[in-house]
Amino acid sequence: MSEELLRLEHLSIDYKVKGGYLSAVNDVNLSVNRGEILAVVGESGCGKSTIAHSIMNLLPGGNEEVEGKILFKGEDLRKYSRKQMEAIRGKDIGMIFQNPLDSLNPVYKTGKQVEEAILLDGIDRVQAWNKVLELYKDVKMPDAEVRANSFPHELSGGMRQRVMIAMMLSRNPQLLIADEPTTALDVTIEAQILEIIKDLKKTYDTAIMLITHNFGLVAEVADKIAVMYAGEVIEYGDVFEIFEKPLHPYTTLLMKALPRKTKHEGRLQTIDGNVPRILDKKPGCRFANRCPYAMEKCKDNTPPEIHVSEEHKCRCFLLEEQAEGKEAAE
Amino acid sequence: MSTPMIEMRDVQKYFKVSKGLFKTSNEQVKAVDHITLSVEEGEIVGLVGESGSGKTTLARVLLSLTKMTGGEAVIDGVNLGKASHKDMEKLHREIAVVFQDPASNLNPRETVESSIMRPMIIHGVPRSKAKEKAREVLQMVKMDLKYLDSFPHQLSGGQLQRIAIARALALSPKIMILDEPTSALDVSVQAQILNLLLDLQEEMHLTYIIITHDLNVIKYISDKIAVMYLGQLVEFGPAEVVGNRPSHPYTKGLMDAAPILDPRDRGKEKEIMKGDPGSLIDLKAGCRFYARCRYATDECKEKDPENVILAPGHQVACVHPLNIE
Amino acid sequence: MSSKSRETLHACLHNVNFMIGFFMLLSVVLIAIFADKIAPYGYTDQLVGPQFTSPGGSYLFGTDELGRDVLSRVIYGTRITLKVAVLGASLELIIGVVIGLSCGYFGGAIDHVFTFLTDLTWCIPGTILALAVVTLIGKSLTNSVIAIAMVCWASYARPIRAKTMSLKTMAFVETGKAFGESSVALMFRYILPNVIPSLIVMVSTTLPSTILSTTTLSFLGMGSQAPSPDWGLALSKGIDYIGSAPWLSIFPGIALVYTVLGFALFGEGVRDILDPHLKSQ
Repeated sequence: MSEELLRLEHLSIDYKVKGGYLSAVNDVNLSVNRGEILAVVGESGCGKSTIAHSIMNLLPGGNEEVEGKILFKGEDLRKYSRKQMEAIRGKDIGMIFQNPLDSLNPVYKTGKQVEEAILLDGIDRVQAWNKVLELYKDVKMPDAEVRANSFPHELSGGMRQRVMIAMMLSRNPQLLIADEPTTALDVTIEAQILEIIKDLKKTYDTAIMLITHNFGLVAEVADKIAVMYAGEVIEYGDVFEIFEKPLHPYTTLLMKALPRKTKHEGRLQTIDGNVPRILDKKPGCRFANRCPYAMEKCKDNTPPEIHVSEEHKCRCFLLEEQAEGKEAAE
Repeated sequence: MSTPMIEMRDVQKYFKVSKGLFKTSNEQVKAVDHITLSVEEGEIVGLVGESGSGKTTLARVLLSLTKMTGGEAVIDGVNLGKASHKDMEKLHREIAVVFQDPASNLNPRETVESSIMRPMIIHGVPRSKAKEKAREVLQMVKMDLKYLDSFPHQLSGGQLQRIAIARALALSPKIMILDEPTSALDVSVQAQILNLLLDLQEEMHLTYIIITHDLNVIKYISDKIAVMYLGQLVEFGPAEVVGNRPSHPYTKGLMDAAPILDPRDRGKEKEIMKGDPGSLIDLKAGCRFYARCRYATDECKEKDPENVILAPGHQVACVHPLNIE
Repeated sequence: MSSKSRETLHACLHNVNFMIGFFMLLSVVLIAIFADKIAPYGYTDQLVGPQFTSPGGSYLFGTDELGRDVLSRVIYGTRITLKVAVLGASLELIIGVVIGLSCGYFGGAIDHVFTFLTDLTWCIPGTILALAVVTLIGKSLTNSVIAIAMVCWASYARPIRAKTMSLKTMAFVETGKAFGESSVALMFRYILPNVIPSLIVMVSTTLPSTILSTTTLSFLGMGSQAPSPDWGLALSKGIDYIGSAPWLSIFPGIALVYTVLGFALFGEGVRDILDPHLKSQ
């Protein structure tokens, strides 16, 4: 098995808000290996972006309480000082965001901005500029030299995202966190960016944590998938296994809500109700009020993480029942 | 055959490029360029294309939010270019619209009830009747009546989109134009809205024009798909054919770019289209897709492709259409 | 909604600027309303005591060159100032809203013309322009307020125009247009209500300068005419005796500063409460 790069252990994040503590992330256990793409997927407000920001220590600060461990190559990033974190950001862990226009400085040429990142590693300017052009070719930027001398507003959305990826690649990080990297782009451009991400994984053996609400991206590139609901990872495992045989009722329903057929083959599955806002966490399954299979015990008992196989985990009492049923049958 | 609900012949919308305060140049942006298309009553037509393809401008022409600069559009017997004041009133009643962003679809300062009643009030429906109808349409979109007094900021995206649909239904329209109705919504809410739209369409035999960039949604919901590229209609035909066996190389590239929804489809061969959607400014002669097309020949560079009818109801604007038996 | 109004009330009570400003203005308003009851003498009563009596004793703020009680004149002066505030604000608002809305909504030629006018009012020093207007339409308090409004509407029109331009492309406005709303309805029913929060902020932040400008005109003799108890007028008359009887100008000055400060603090508070974004910038 390949080397484990990032591991989250019992990560919980609560925000202090008016009237109590808002549970944004609760008891999350995840790991990402070298050369692997983990997709963290869920609907808006499920806490996926909060996780990404907490790894980079980029939470707004001030009113959140973090518990648990964020282990990067075995070391807890939460114990790192601000200085140590700054050294890691960009160099060991890179991040790209949804809106590339916000992440680029409008008054500098894009090539210069990438060059700045390279210069951080103490390389001289001539070499650095050559490296910029090389990177632009790596991300399949058309007319690399022209584009390196363009300002951000002169580039299209897809090209800007390529610049972001080039900038991120320039320091060759071991882990890349991509937060909705294609949401603002046209589908054709999305497909191009996904190709680059796949290449990245192959060529540089980069570990990628892909944060998205789009199951299409997951199906296209992910190796593993963590499905989040209301701050919790409710199912985690191999992407093929989960798409073929989802175990958690929420995952199962979501898969049937995807428009994979035509209207002549029937209506799409829906899930009644809304994602709850969890104030002052208490025991109980967070999906219970919307779950068609909810049992009495789901209401005030938190389902444990059940290991279906070594790589497939699911938080649901139904699995326990099934296991017991099987045992009884035997 | 009955007369179509919407019939467009060579519809154009050109914008003048303005350069500063007093100068207007002769350059024009051909946002919608010679679109010929007809939509039958009760049909769901999906309109797809990348950003800048002119699909939203075309919708705005149909909604008479912007005047066309050429061609002819006949909607339910009314010629858009020559409509009288009375004709326009009829069109305002018959064509309803729902836009993408749930948060801005409703006036933030009005209650749900008054938002839904407003179109009826303008068209002279008495208040008491409008009140009654508001309750009726709210139930049609499966919303609880307790939301009548709510303000938009108190509701979720899915609820707001239902209310926008309810308001669209208030005047019992014949045509609904839906501009990215589910793009801002989560998967499970998207499914609810799509189901609702289909139920309403079947119940009332509505005609839909749905604009979206989500190709999986289009394939699911549409009877016919119209594909636009840089202001022109490149392919139009039955959803099943255009979605699975497209004839225009651009449609093929677009369909191949649609994200698969099952990892087991990863092995399937895909053609990733090169380049960006391009710009409407300084268009050259010849096929607009020329630079990105892998099947392009010299002929494409010089000649504007003409509409070819491949089968009844299936047209394509390409010199070398694919998948012809 | 009730929870929202309770929240707003909470925000008001905890905003120091707002509360101080509110009580300062409240005191000014009360004084203006009950001026007849509070003031020991009428503002035109002459020789209620010896001329140029120093402050203290039975004439708290002293008396002026005609033996009028300064305290009474300052008290009656609040009425004038509040009249200026209300009249000035409404005039500026009406002009600013109509021009701002039509420029933003219609664009094109209307927009070009009025944007040019707006820029123009900003190029010419306000007081000088107002002086010219007053000279044209005649000296009086009301005319000086009109003159100031002619100069100040631009500071409303410009932000309203910008706001209108962004609102008119919003989906709910487009939808309204699509089901047949008239332009007037779109402007006043759809766009204007969404501009109101920023309008309140604008009014409360520009009012102090309106009051000051009108006072300046009175000071220059172009506004209120004697025997009005206008503070600006009192200041300019007091200048002649600044060495021998400084109280003639000091007390109206203090009253003016107090009122303007009240409006300014109140405005600042309202802005913080209604528009938290502005504060963080």
